[in-house]
This record gives sequence, C-alpha cells and structure tokens, in this order.
Amino acid sequence: MSPARELVTRRTVIRTMVGAGGGLLLGFRVPGAVAAVVAPRPWTTPTDGAEINAWLTIDTAGTVTIRVPHTEQGQGALTSVSMLVAEELDVPWADVRAVFADINRHVNRGREYVVTSTHGSQLVRRQHPHIMQAGASARERLRAAAARAWGVPVTDVTARQGVLSAGERRASYAGFATAAASIELGQEPRIKSPGEWWLLGRPVPRLDVPVKVDGSAKYTIDTRLDGMVYAAVRCCPVPWGRLKRFDADAIRARKGIIAVVPLEAVPGRTGAADMQDGVAVVADTWYRAKTALDLLPVEWDTGPAGDTSSAGQAETAARLFEQNGEVSAESGRDAAGIVARAARTVTADYHRPYETHARMEPINATVSVTDTRVDVWSPAQDQSVPLELVADQLGRDPRDIHVHTAFIGGAFGGGGGGRTGVTRQAAELSRRVGRPVKVIWSREEDIMQDKQRPPVHIRLAAALGDDGLPTALVSRAVWFTHEGAKRHGPATADYSISTMPYRIPNRRHERHNVAAHVPTATHRAPGANQNGFVMEQFADEMALAGGRDPLEWRLEMTRGLEPWQRVLLKIGEVSGFRTDLPRGRGMGIAVVEDHDSICGACATVSVSRRGQLTVEKVDIVINSGYVINPLNAAEQLEGSVCWELSHALYGGLELRDGRFVNDNFDTYSLMRMNQMPEVDVHFALSEDGWWGGIGEPGGPPTPPAVANAIYFATGKRIRSTPIAAHDLSWS
Amino acid sequence: MAFTLKINGASYDVDSEPETPLLWILRDDIGLTGTKFGCGIAQCGVCTVHVDGQPVKSCAATAASAVGREITTIEGLSPDASHPVQRAWIEHSVPQCGYCHSGQIMAAAALLDRSADPTDSEIDAAMAGNLCRCGTYLRIRKAIHRAAELMRDAGEAE
Repeated sequence: MSPARELVTRRTVIRTMVGAGGGLLLGFRVPGAVAAVVAPRPWTTPTDGAEINAWLTIDTAGTVTIRVPHTEQGQGALTSVSMLVAEELDVPWADVRAVFADINRHVNRGREYVVTSTHGSQLVRRQHPHIMQAGASARERLRAAAARAWGVPVTDVTARQGVLSAGERRASYAGFATAAASIELGQEPRIKSPGEWWLLGRPVPRLDVPVKVDGSAKYTIDTRLDGMVYAAVRCCPVPWGRLKRFDADAIRARKGIIAVVPLEAVPGRTGAADMQDGVAVVADTWYRAKTALDLLPVEWDTGPAGDTSSAGQAETAARLFEQNGEVSAESGRDAAGIVARAARTVTADYHRPYETHARMEPINATVSVTDTRVDVWSPAQDQSVPLELVADQLGRDPRDIHVHTAFIGGAFGGGGGGRTGVTRQAAELSRRVGRPVKVIWSREEDIMQDKQRPPVHIRLAAALGDDGLPTALVSRAVWFTHEGAKRHGPATADYSISTMPYRIPNRRHERHNVAAHVPTATHRAPGANQNGFVMEQFADEMALAGGRDPLEWRLEMTRGLEPWQRVLLKIGEVSGFRTDLPRGRGMGIAVVEDHDSICGACATVSVSRRGQLTVEKVDIVINSGYVINPLNAAEQLEGSVCWELSHALYGGLELRDGRFVNDNFDTYSLMRMNQMPEVDVHFALSEDGWWGGIGEPGGPPTPPAVANAIYFATGKRIRSTPIAAHDLSWS
Repeated sequence: MAFTLKINGASYDVDSEPETPLLWILRDDIGLTGTKFGCGIAQCGVCTVHVDGQPVKSCAATAASAVGREITTIEGLSPDASHPVQRAWIEHSVPQCGYCHSGQIMAAAALLDRSADPTDSEIDAAMAGNLCRCGTYLRIRKAIHRAAELMRDAGEAE
C-alpha cells in the first residue's frame, strides 16, 4: 500500500467513525468496526438511559429510545414499531428515537422480541398486540413507581405525554425510569382499543426519511471494517450445477488478488439458505476481485438441468392441462361434469413467467470471524436468520455471533439475501482468509442466483347458467418450483383462485406441482400477484360472456361479504368506472384479497391504433380493517402498484439451457418514471376487529385492472405477461 | 498509479488503476458510501454523481475521466441536507428503502440546475435513467416540482 493510499484510508476511518451507535446502547462495542451501521443522525450518539423493558429506554432528558427488532427495507418498520410503543407509553412523538435492537440478545435470551421477521405484511396486523403491550407495560410500571414514591394509590397517578401526575405532584417519566425497571406488575395491562388512540391512525412522516436524502443512511453493503477485504463470487449459472475446474493461476498475479477459493454446496444444506458450488476471488478492492473473476477460466458440469427452458415448461404445462391434478379445494358437486355438459362455457389458459426480486441493493454480506467472536452484516428480512446460518456454517456458538442490523435496499419477500447463500459465503471466506470479508454479488449474479418467483400456467373453465351467472368453475394450475417445494408450490399455486370470494356453487381446483431445478421463493404478494392477474381477468370474461357489467357482476357475486362490498362500492364511487369509452380508451377493475386485506383497483388506459399502451391512472381502494399510519400506507400502496405493474408490463425472466437469459436491467426491464401511471389511494376500512396487511396487497389487483381496461380499449384479451410483448394494435 | 481527485471541494490522493470506475474509488478507496452500486452497466442510476455539474453514472465512468474536474457526491450536495431537492424530498416523504435516492437526488439537482421550472415530460426524460424498485416515482416528480418552487422562492428573497 502506497503512502497516498494509506492517507486516504486513515481520513476515511476518521470520517466514518461518526456512524457508530445502536449496539452501544446495549453495552457492547464491535472491535474494529469503524463504520457501524445503525442509528445515523439524528441518533448518532445513542442515548443512555434506563431500560424499562427490552423495547425501550428513557434517558434523563426524557428521550425515549425504542429498539426495533425488525429490519427497515422501506416498509416503515422503524416508524410503525415506534408508533405502536409510543401510543401506549404516551410520550410526545418528538421525544422518540428509534434504533435497531440487538439480535444476539434476542436469540440468546429466549426470543424476547417474539418475532423479528418482516415477511408477509405482518408487522402491524399480527404483531401490534405484543408491541403495544411493551409500551403499555412500561407506562404502568412508571405509574406504579411514582405511586410508590409519592405514597398514593396507583389509580391516582396519570401518565400522559411523558408526564406523571397525581394531584399537585408532577414529574417527567425520566425521573422514574430507573425505579420503573424494577417494578413487577401483578397483572399486565390490556392494550388500547382503536377508539382510544391518540397517535395511531394519524399521518406520521417516516423517521428514516431524513437520513435517506443525504447519503448518511448505512446499508449492509456500506459496511467498512479495519482490515476488510472484498470478494466477488460466481456460482454455476445453471443452479445446482457442479464446479468442474478453474484456473486460478490465470489471475493470481493480478494486482490486489489475495485468494481464489472454491465454494462447495454442502449435502444436507441445500435447503432455502444454501450455498451453491462456485468460485470466489478475494482481493483488496471489490472492483479488482470482480475484474479478475470475469477473467477466470471456469468449467461447470450443468447436469441434466442444462437442457431445461421456459419453452419446455410450456410444453409440459400443455400436456398436464389434459391430466387431472391434485385437488386442492372443492365445493358443491361435480363441477367438472357440470362444465363438461354445459351449453354455455367460458374457457381460457393463462401464464405468468419467472420474475426476480432485483432489490436495488445487490445481494451482499460482510462477516468478520475471529477466535472470540463473529460479526455479521446481512440484508436478511429476519436478522435472526444470518445468526443461525453463520453459527451453522462455522460450527460456532450462537452467543459469539453478533448480527448488526443496517438499512436494507429493498427486500420484497426474497429474504434480502438471507435466504441465499451469500451470508454463508462471507462466513466461509472470512474463516479461510482470516480477515473480515465483504461479499458483493454483481447484478448478474444477483439475478441469476436469486430465489425466483415461480412461473405458473393455469387453465380455467366455467359453466354459465340461464341467468348468465356461473354455475360451476374448474381450475388447473401447473407450477414449477424447486424440487416441487411445498412451501412455494401448492400453498400459493391456487391462491386467489381457490380463495376467490365469488359465490360459484360448484368448484374444483386442481394443481400439478412440477419439480424444477430453479430455486424459488416468495415474491411480494406471493400467489396473489400471479393469480390475481388470472382470476380477475377471468371474472371479467365470465361477466361479459353472461352479459353483465364487471362491477355489477362482482357486487352480485360477493353479496353479503361486507369487506368486499365496501371496496367495490368505493371503487365505483371514486373511479367513475364505465365500459362505454370510445375505442382506444378503456377502464378496468379488479379486486383481490392478499394478506387478509381486500384491495381493489380501477385502471384507465389508452391504446393507440398502432398498439402503444399508456396506463393513465390507477385508483386503489384498500380495506385493511385498520390503518395506523395513512401516509406510510399510501406510500406502500403506490409502490406496490409500480411493483406488480412493472412485472406485468415489462418483466419476465426467460429460462434457456437451464439458465436465465436476462441478467441485468438491460434485459430485465423494470418500470421507469415516464411509464408510471398516476395513482390515487383510497381507504375503505371496515374497522370491526380484523386487521389486514399493507405492504403487499396493492400489487395483485393492478395488472388485471389494466388488462381488463386494455380489453375494453382494443377488444384484445391479454392472458400472459409481459403485456409489452403482445400486439395491442386495433382498427 | 497515483492520481488526485477533487471531491466535494477536497483533494484526495488515490493509488489505483485509473481505469477503475469512479464509483469504486468513491466507495472503497475514499469511503464515500452514499453513492451506491446497482448494476455496473449504467442502467439504474443509483451511482449518479456530478462531474463539473453534469449528472454522471459513476459505475461506467473511469476515475481517469474525472481527474482535474469537480466531483460532487450526495455527501457534498449540501453540508446539512438543506439543498432544495433534499428539503422537498423530506417534505414529500419520497424514499422508501432509500437505496436509489442518492442517485435520484443528484439527477434531480442537475436537472434543476439547467431547467428552473421543468415540465412533467422534462422530468420524465431527465429521470428515466434512474430506477426505483420501491416505486416512488410519483413522489419524486412532485418533489422535483416542489424543489423548483423552493429555489424560485429563495431566488426572489435574495
């Protein structure tokens, strides 16, 4: 290293020291971690303070620091968890700070945060009771401590907006925080009901916005450690292929190269958090590692999977459409017979291809292995997962492993890299080279080696009665998942179809779950995102074949289902949905349940005679039961519209020779600003005791609403995606 | 080979191959991690910085091409997140995961430098090279209009 370079490095160290925090609250420092990754400004200096329970501390100035055990990937967890605690604790919102909780403590002290995962749009809807309980419990302990000190009954003590009072006596929470920590309550308090909220339900700006506009927010990929080296990796482009040979000598003399390391898939560890066969180049900078890896001669044995393709899967699906599948759900009698004998039927085949997560932050992980402790930075959606993966990979005691939560540049159900081998790779490489190692997957590796959203082929057939309404429906889904994985196969194969709300008296839902080599995973609104497109277009097909208006048909077919009726009526009201626009323009509607929320969409499109599509506007109506932060909810719904419309209009991975031909943003197209429609979000909340999710349900109804609108504009029914691949011209 | 880069008003001596993309010099050599890596082929824009005031995708620009020129990264756009674009971004609650927004903000600031009151289609054209997987495009567009307003107000006040 030259003097100039050393100079730069030292300056860097001084500058990035400022970022330390979070973990300090809990009394440990990371040796050598010059840029810990939590609690950036305005929380650069973590407040000390008394810990009333695992979730919060209160310092002498009255600042409440809330420890958030979930990851922040843009869904607003830092803010939502803090709001839930602050609601019950009853403190001014301006006094609240948020930091990421210590995952080592969580794992090794009996999972005191209960759930640390952020999958399934579940944080608020499922976890609000125990999170609010933590705030309520702290508040009651403060009251009890004040009552004891003041010699008054606890019922005389009020706790409001950070102030305890009884008669003439008043004190800030801060004065009793230490005493409250040792109070044992005879009975935990009940949590507030929605009518008692003062903070929840209001539009609250997200706490993490300011640090995301000046470059100070630290993401996993921004981790910098003393002595850290970088690794670029390449695994077999055909998943599960074996490494045959590589020629390290061809690159060993290049500048900065430290090691060339083969990585081996371990038998028995080939589940969702596997490490595939591959080669890693470790160097003093990532660019040197990546450049050398690109020049490294590597030979793979791709095995029989090297012959598979999307076209081959389509042939398999066409064959299986003619065979009975496993029955996943059935109601009424003899649906197939009724369809076979009916005078009026509607039939259609639909298809959605593979899609990938492509978070903007490429998959990466940093691990520092030493004799005494292991430090881990991993963009997993559940931070307890990398702790367990590293313990397993290294055979180390979980108590020695410290996972440092950083911001995550998107997740979308892909585990943010937690359900990939990257964390194992970083642990293995750090052990082998004896230094902290940051592994970054190139975008090409990120797409090729991601756990993909599985493709689906679906055949539907319905019989119509004399009144034009369906009397029977049969569906047959063909799914291609890794080794026929149950989790991402049958569970989601029929979702939104077998779970449709429509009162069709006789139904039979079948599926063929076909084993494929491509690893598969959940993908924002799993199942509903593929099948919403299918079911909600087929609903229009059935309605129109029976001479019905699509909105009236849905209202008729969901009669008596209050949450659905509420959404449908609101869609009609806010969108002005109509089917008689002049040729070339059209409106379409769709409504899909996802993560217990009912979400409707009305899309307005225009299509030029030559087939140029413009999605002008999307109205979104959600019934999630309740909403704790309408500002964040609106952001999530707007984003979900972009997410699923992006795949439906432009996406699709194509499998050829066992590997994906799309491997970067030049071949895997995502929606860009000029293609984004106007989105208006509307709430139609039941507020009657059930909670639905917010982070995912906006996606599924959007593409079918657009496709239904295209039908009214052009007369063309688009049954597969990407829509951009279809000729939409009309005359 | 050693060369000097002028970044956010300070000079940095760097010892690296001059053909290294500017992005990796900023992130790994200098430690300015606000500029992000996204695709490596100038398709996503998360690595956008200013070179002599022009928006440049730093993953596809060599360090050599920036020698002798003024480089500005998100860390240098303002000392205290007070640039009108940053203020408008906070006002409209634009970022979600936030990963692409260093690049979005740098592209927006460059647009407003050359066009004080851009139309929607000017904004679309200027921002089409910046992907956002969270889908914050509508708020980006609104925030750019708001930033233009803030800049005009500041201009009138002077």
